[in-house]
Amino acid sequence: MRSAIHFVSAALALAALAFTSMSPAIAADAPDPAADAKAFRKFFTQKFPKVEPRDFVNGPYSMNEDMHRQWEEKEQFPPYEFSLEMGKEMFATPFKNGRSYADCFPNQGIGIRQNYPYFDEKEGKVVTLELALNRCREVNGEAPFSYVKDEMAALTAYMAFTSRGKPFDIKIPNDPRALDAYQNGERYFYTRRGQLNFSCATCHVQAPGERVRAEVLAPAFGILNAMPIYRSEWSGMGTISRRFTTCNSQIRAVPLNPQDEEYRDLEYYLSYVSNGLPISGPGARP
Amino acid sequence: MRTNIQKFTFALASAMLIAGATSVLATGSEADFKAAYAAAEAANKEAGALRNQWTTTSASLAAAKKAADAGDFDRAIASSKEAEALAKASIFQATSEKEAWKALKIR
Amino acid sequence: MASTIRVRAISSGETTEVQALIQHPMDSGFMKDAKGEIIPPHFIRQLTFEYDGKSVFVADWGSAVSKDPYVKFSFKGGKKGDELKINWVDNKGATDTTTAKIQ
Repeated sequence: MRSAIHFVSAALALAALAFTSMSPAIAADAPDPAADAKAFRKFFTQKFPKVEPRDFVNGPYSMNEDMHRQWEEKEQFPPYEFSLEMGKEMFATPFKNGRSYADCFPNQGIGIRQNYPYFDEKEGKVVTLELALNRCREVNGEAPFSYVKDEMAALTAYMAFTSRGKPFDIKIPNDPRALDAYQNGERYFYTRRGQLNFSCATCHVQAPGERVRAEVLAPAFGILNAMPIYRSEWSGMGTISRRFTTCNSQIRAVPLNPQDEEYRDLEYYLSYVSNGLPISGPGARP
Repeated sequence: MRTNIQKFTFALASAMLIAGATSVLATGSEADFKAAYAAAEAANKEAGALRNQWTTTSASLAAAKKAADAGDFDRAIASSKEAEALAKASIFQATSEKEAWKALKIR
Repeated sequence: MASTIRVRAISSGETTEVQALIQHPMDSGFMKDAKGEIIPPHFIRQLTFEYDGKSVFVADWGSAVSKDPYVKFSFKGGKKGDELKINWVDNKGATDTTTAKIQ
């Protein structure tokens, strides 16, 4: 048994050595988010020249003609309708203390979804819409909602709906911590994880339009614009957090907690590189 | 389509699994199980510190515990060794990805 | 209480195309809740669309249909301004009905 352990650690050491000699050292770049976003957009618009840039927000439906037709039909009677109505009602209902969601947000919370997530310079962290909503609740003596579905999805569905058509407008302030968060998100996006050894990029940069099992993969460009979504697979609504965590489990990585730093930074990065693309949420997906 | 890196990691994990499985020749004892399980847990904890645990590692640990509770220490030891191998692979992944991710970046 | 049935019927030429979205849990009776207990079956057994006193679409459903079912079909006939009557009955005996004007 001990010899087996020695063999394993020897194999590991050998592998580590072989591996480092395999990959060339890549020089550290000076961070330039604007250039990144430009390259990101160029990569996808060149890869799919027939897709109108604003159509990328439709994910798999922009990648497949038959699916696009079905999606157009579905939009006449979208499955997220019930959740959207519930969200509108919830948003208008005051808290027990008489205040309401409108008091927590600029412009009464209407037509602002495209500005989230933002980097809060006072706190030094990325704040997502979901985080802001739960904070609003807690500050007003209400219990927080689960970040992944149901009430949170209904509220964000409504807020996204009031921003439909508005282009993503994510800002990176001139603060090294904001730049760090952006880079953290970028790193997360390209890092392989889970036993299946996939990164987000493996599916959404290297293989959009292709299939993983029965699903057509969405391009990373504009991938958050339709959130939250009614997903047929879930028979219900899900937020960005729901998708991040389930994606992790699907590649056999233990998911982090819904609003952990890595996920918020990832959302920050993905939203920023999709700046200019219109909010289309709430959405529907297979 | 598997890239070279994927093929490599897969081959490595397989090698470690085979090494682990063939080492159990004699009947294992509870003490042997406890040692193997502790090693696996420690490796998984390290992976946790790197924020990179695999779901299959937890599944193997759970299977090991279940077998031990049923008194099947051979199986429990085999599952523990599998868990340790998986945990170590996840540590390897996290460490090598610290640089390797850059190769995927759109420029 | 608001109806569980959303419907839109559009007549063009000789046919009328109907779409409906029905709010219903459609629990199959096979799923377990967070506590590990079976969620009892609760699904629509029959869905009927009537025009001019006659059934133009009848669905006999069971546990295989998913939550909040969406239905789309066409039938011959139907004039703009006429009424279409929709009704469902579920396994608990609950029911809902609505009427819609063909557009």
